Amino acid sequence: MDERVYFKNKVLPYLLLAPQIAITLVFFVWPAAQALFQSTLIEDPFGLSREFVGLENFSDVLSDPRYAKSVVTTAIFSVSVAGLALTTALFLAAKADRVLSGRLIYRTLLMWPYAVAPAVAGVLFLFIFSPRVGVLSFALEAVGVDWNYVLNGRQAMMLVIGASAWKQISYNFLFFVAGMQAMPRSLIEAAAIDGAGPTRRFWTIIFPLLTPVTFFLLVINVIFAFFETFGVIEAITQGGPAGATNILVYKVFSDGFVGLDLGGSAAQSVILMAIVITLTVLQFRYVEKKVSY
Amino acid sequence: MIEHNRRFAFVHHGILIVSIAIISFPIYVVIVASTLTLPDVLDAPMTLLPGRHFVANYITALTEGAILGGGGTPVWRLLLNSLIMAMGIAVGKIAISIISAYAIVFFRFPFRMFFFWLIFVTLMLPIEVRILPTFQIAATLGLLNSYTGLIVPVIASATATFFFRQFFLTIPNELVEAARVDGAGPIRFFVDIVLPLSKTNIAALFVILFIFGWNQFLWPLLITTDPDFDTIIIAINRMLRVVDDQVDWPVMMATTIMAMAVPAAVVVLMQRWFVRGLIEHEK
Amino acid sequence: MHIRKTMLAGAAVLTLMGGQAIAQERITLNWWHAMGGANGERVNQIAAAFNDTQDKYEVVALNRGSYAETMNAAIAAFRAGEPPHIVQVFEVGTRTMMSAGGAIKPVFELMEEAGRAFDPKDFLPAVTGYYTNDEGKMLSFPFNSSTPVLYYNKDIFRAAGLDPDSPPKTWTQVGEMMTKVVSSGAAGCGFTTAWPSWVQLENFSARHDQPFATMANGFGGLGTELSFNGVAQVRHLKQLAEWQTSGVFKYGGRRNVSAPLFTGGECAMFTESSAGLSGIRANAQFDFGVAQLPYWEDTISEPKNTIIGGASLWVLSGHEKEEYAGIAEFFDFMSSSGLQAAWHQASGYLPITPAAFTVSKISGYYKRNPGADVSILQMSAGEPTGNSKGLRLGSFVQIRDVIEEEMEAVLAGNKTAQAGLDQAVKRGNVLLRKFERANK
Repeated sequence: MDERVYFKNKVLPYLLLAPQIAITLVFFVWPAAQALFQSTLIEDPFGLSREFVGLENFSDVLSDPRYAKSVVTTAIFSVSVAGLALTTALFLAAKADRVLSGRLIYRTLLMWPYAVAPAVAGVLFLFIFSPRVGVLSFALEAVGVDWNYVLNGRQAMMLVIGASAWKQISYNFLFFVAGMQAMPRSLIEAAAIDGAGPTRRFWTIIFPLLTPVTFFLLVINVIFAFFETFGVIEAITQGGPAGATNILVYKVFSDGFVGLDLGGSAAQSVILMAIVITLTVLQFRYVEKKVSY
Repeated sequence: MIEHNRRFAFVHHGILIVSIAIISFPIYVVIVASTLTLPDVLDAPMTLLPGRHFVANYITALTEGAILGGGGTPVWRLLLNSLIMAMGIAVGKIAISIISAYAIVFFRFPFRMFFFWLIFVTLMLPIEVRILPTFQIAATLGLLNSYTGLIVPVIASATATFFFRQFFLTIPNELVEAARVDGAGPIRFFVDIVLPLSKTNIAALFVILFIFGWNQFLWPLLITTDPDFDTIIIAINRMLRVVDDQVDWPVMMATTIMAMAVPAAVVVLMQRWFVRGLIEHEK
Repeated sequence: MHIRKTMLAGAAVLTLMGGQAIAQERITLNWWHAMGGANGERVNQIAAAFNDTQDKYEVVALNRGSYAETMNAAIAAFRAGEPPHIVQVFEVGTRTMMSAGGAIKPVFELMEEAGRAFDPKDFLPAVTGYYTNDEGKMLSFPFNSSTPVLYYNKDIFRAAGLDPDSPPKTWTQVGEMMTKVVSSGAAGCGFTTAWPSWVQLENFSARHDQPFATMANGFGGLGTELSFNGVAQVRHLKQLAEWQTSGVFKYGGRRNVSAPLFTGGECAMFTESSAGLSGIRANAQFDFGVAQLPYWEDTISEPKNTIIGGASLWVLSGHEKEEYAGIAEFFDFMSSSGLQAAWHQASGYLPITPAAFTVSKISGYYKRNPGADVSILQMSAGEPTGNSKGLRLGSFVQIRDVIEEEMEAVLAGNKTAQAGLDQAVKRGNVLLRKFERANK
C-alpha cells in the first residue's frame, strides 16, 4: 500500500480538501468549541447576563443522582436495543441462509424498515401501543397485562427499545446475510459430510466466522442507540415516565432546549463528546485492523 | 452436499413469513388507520380491516394536512422540501467527500494526516451535542429559512470520505502511472478514470445518504422558522403536538405513510446498490 | 391547447408576482405561535382579518411547534439576532420572559409609545394579575387563557345509576361515584386527568388556598421557594395513588395525551383544560357535561378561584419603531370585544375581557352551549388570594417536569406521596436558585 504513485501538485490537494475542511471547521469544530466554552458559564436563556463558574456545571452534573440514573438508563437501553436487534437479525439471517428459494423476496421485505426515520418509527409504535387508541395495548389488556406505559417505567423502556430495535433489524440482517454468503461453502459442506447437523454447523462454524461482523455491528448498534434514537424517545415518551427513558442524548436536549439550562446542558454535551471519542477511537482501531488484512 | 430437506425448508419459510408479518404489522395498522375516520380509530379496539376513507384522508393530508400542524403548508410542498433537502445532502456529501478522498489518496502534501483527522472529527460530534452553537453560527451566516441552511451544515462526511478512500486505494498504480506517462494531470485523471470507475460506488452511497437526508429531524426542526421550508418529518412531529386539541390520527397516518413511501421506495427499487453501499460504506 | 397552457401559466406567474409585490410594500410582522389544529386555523384567520383592514402592515402567523418549542425557537432566534416580533409564550414561561428585561418590549410601553389606549382593567382580574409587573403594568398581551374543569360522561353516569345532572362537587363525591361507575360495570375506569401538575397540584393549591411557593407564589421576587409539600397536597396525591392502585383512577400521561381515555368512553370523568372543550365535543360520541373542579370539603368550605393556563403574546426587542407601531395597531385590533368573543367561542379559551363575556352572553352563546361558562364562573369565584393569584416561577418548565416525574413515581407506587413531593420541592428549589443566579 505504501508503494502508491502520487501526483505532484502544491496547491490542488488543498483546493480539493477546502470545501470539506471549511464545513468541518465552521459547523463542527467551532460549535464544539462554543459548547466547551458554554459549559463553564451560568447564563440566562437570552444571553443577557453570564457568569463564569469554571467546572461548577460539571460537578453539578456529575454529582446529580439523576445523571447517574440516566447513564444507567442509557446503558440498559443501548445494550438491549443492540442485543434485541442483533439476535433477531441473526436468527432471520440464519433462516434465510437455509432456504434456497425466495431469498431475494425475504430480503426485500425485511429491508424497508431501514428507510423509516426514527421519529416516524416512534410515531408508529406510539400509535399501536398508546393506552387507549393502540391496537396492541388493547390486545395486551385483553390477555391480562396492565398496560400503561405512561406510568409504568419498565413498559415504557420496553416500548422504546422495541421501536428502536425494530428499525435496526434490517440493517443487521443485511450485514449478516452478506457475511454468511461470503463464507467458504466448502468448509460448511465438509462439516455436513462429517455429520454435523445444521444447528451444530451454525454454532461451530458459521457463528465464529461471523464474529468480526457481529462485533462491528455491535459498535454500530450501540452508537445508533446512543444518538439516533432521539426521534423515537421524543415521539413516544419524552424521557418519561419519571425519567425512566431519559437517555443521555435526550437529557442534553431536554435540559438545554426545554429547560433552558444552557450551562448544564453544555457540560453534558462535553461529557458525551468524550464518550463518543472513546467509542469512535475503539471503532477506528478495529476498522484499521480490518482494513490491513 | 448440505441437506435441504423439504420438510425443514417448509419450517424455515414459515418462520420467515411469520417474522416478516410481525415486523410489518405496525405498517399494516397504520395503513388501515389511514383509511378510517377518527371515531373509527378511537372506537377501541380499532378494526384491522381497511375502511373506505382512503381517498378522503389522503386528499385531506395532501391539500390541508399541514394545517393540522399549523403551518398551512400542503403536504406536496413538504414532500418537495424533503426531496430537495435529501438530494442536496446526498449530492453534496458525495461531491465534497470524493474530492477530499482523492486529495488524500493521490497526493502527498504537508499536514495530510492532520486534515485526515480533522475530517474524522465530524464523526465524534453528532448534531445533538452541538446543536445550539451550530444554530447560532448558521443564523449569523444568514442561513435560516433556506435550502442552503438545511443542507450545507450537515454535508461534511467522514464515513463517505473513508468509503471513497478505501475504494481509491484499490485503483492499481499502473493506471496512475499510465496516465502520467500520457501526460494527463490529476484533474484529467480524476474526470476520465476515477469518476467512471466510481459510478457504482456513487450510486450505492447515494441511496444511503438520501435516506439519511430524508430522515433528518433535529436540524430542520430548528433551522426552519418559515413553514414554507418545513420537511415532512417535521410536519409529522408538529401534528403530534397540537395544543388543546386532539390528534387527527387518520390524516396523520396518511401523512406518515407518504413520508415513509419515498425513502422505502428508494431502498427497495435501488436495492442492489443499496445493499452494496451499506456493506461497503460502513466497513 | 399548448398556447392556452402557456397563457395559464403566465397568468399564474403574474398573479403570484402581483401578490408578492403587495406583500413587499407592507411591513411584515412575524407572529410565532403554538396553536395547532383548528385553533391554528383560527389564528391564521385573525391575522388575515387584520391584514384585510389595512395596507401598511402584514401579520404573518407561523406555527413553531409545541409551546416549549415555540419559546425556544424565539429565544434561539433572539440570540442569533433575528427575533420574531410577537411570540406566544405559555404561562409557565412568564417569569423567564419577565426576567429578560433587555430582550422584551413591555406591552404597556409599546402601546404608550404608539399612543394607543390600553387599560389593564379591560381584562379579567385573574388574567391581568398574571401578566402585570409590580406597578400593575401589563408586560404581555393576554391571548389564550384556560382553566381546568371537570368533564363527565353522562351516558356512563346513567348506566351506573347516577344522576347525569348532578356531577360531583367534591373529591369525596368523585371517589364515591367512581366506585359506583366501576363496580356497576358502567365503565372500566372512573376518572383520569390531563396536565397532571397543572390540574392536580398547581390549581389544586390555588383552589384550596394553599401556598404553592413562598413570596406569594413567586410574585414577590426571585428568592421564592417551593412549598407545595403541605398536608393538603400530600393528602390529595396520596388519595390519587390509592385510587390508581384500586383501579378507579387511571393515570393517562402528561399534557393531554390522556384525552382518548375520556373521549373513547373508558373513563367516566376527566379533569382537563376548559380549552379542551371543542376537541371533546368533536370526538366524544356520547352526552357529556362540564362541572367545576372538585375540592376537599374538609380542607376548604368555600373553594377559591382556579388559576389560568394558556399563553400570552410577548413582543421582543430589537425591532424598528415603525414595526412597534404596527404591533400596537395589531393588539388594538385584537382587543375589540367582537374579536375576543369570536375567539373565545370558537376556541374554547376563556373570554379574557368582561366585554367579550357580555357579548357572548347577550348573543345567547352559553344557553346554546351549556357548560361553556363553567370555567368563567369558577375563575371569578371570590377575591383571589396570594395563593390563587397565579404562579410566577423561574425555570418553571423544568420544575413542572420535575413535579410530574415525582408524581409518576408516586402513582406507580415507587414512593410515598410525602417523599415524592418533598423530593420535587427539593429538586425544584435547586432549579430556582440556579435561575436566580443566572438572572441577577
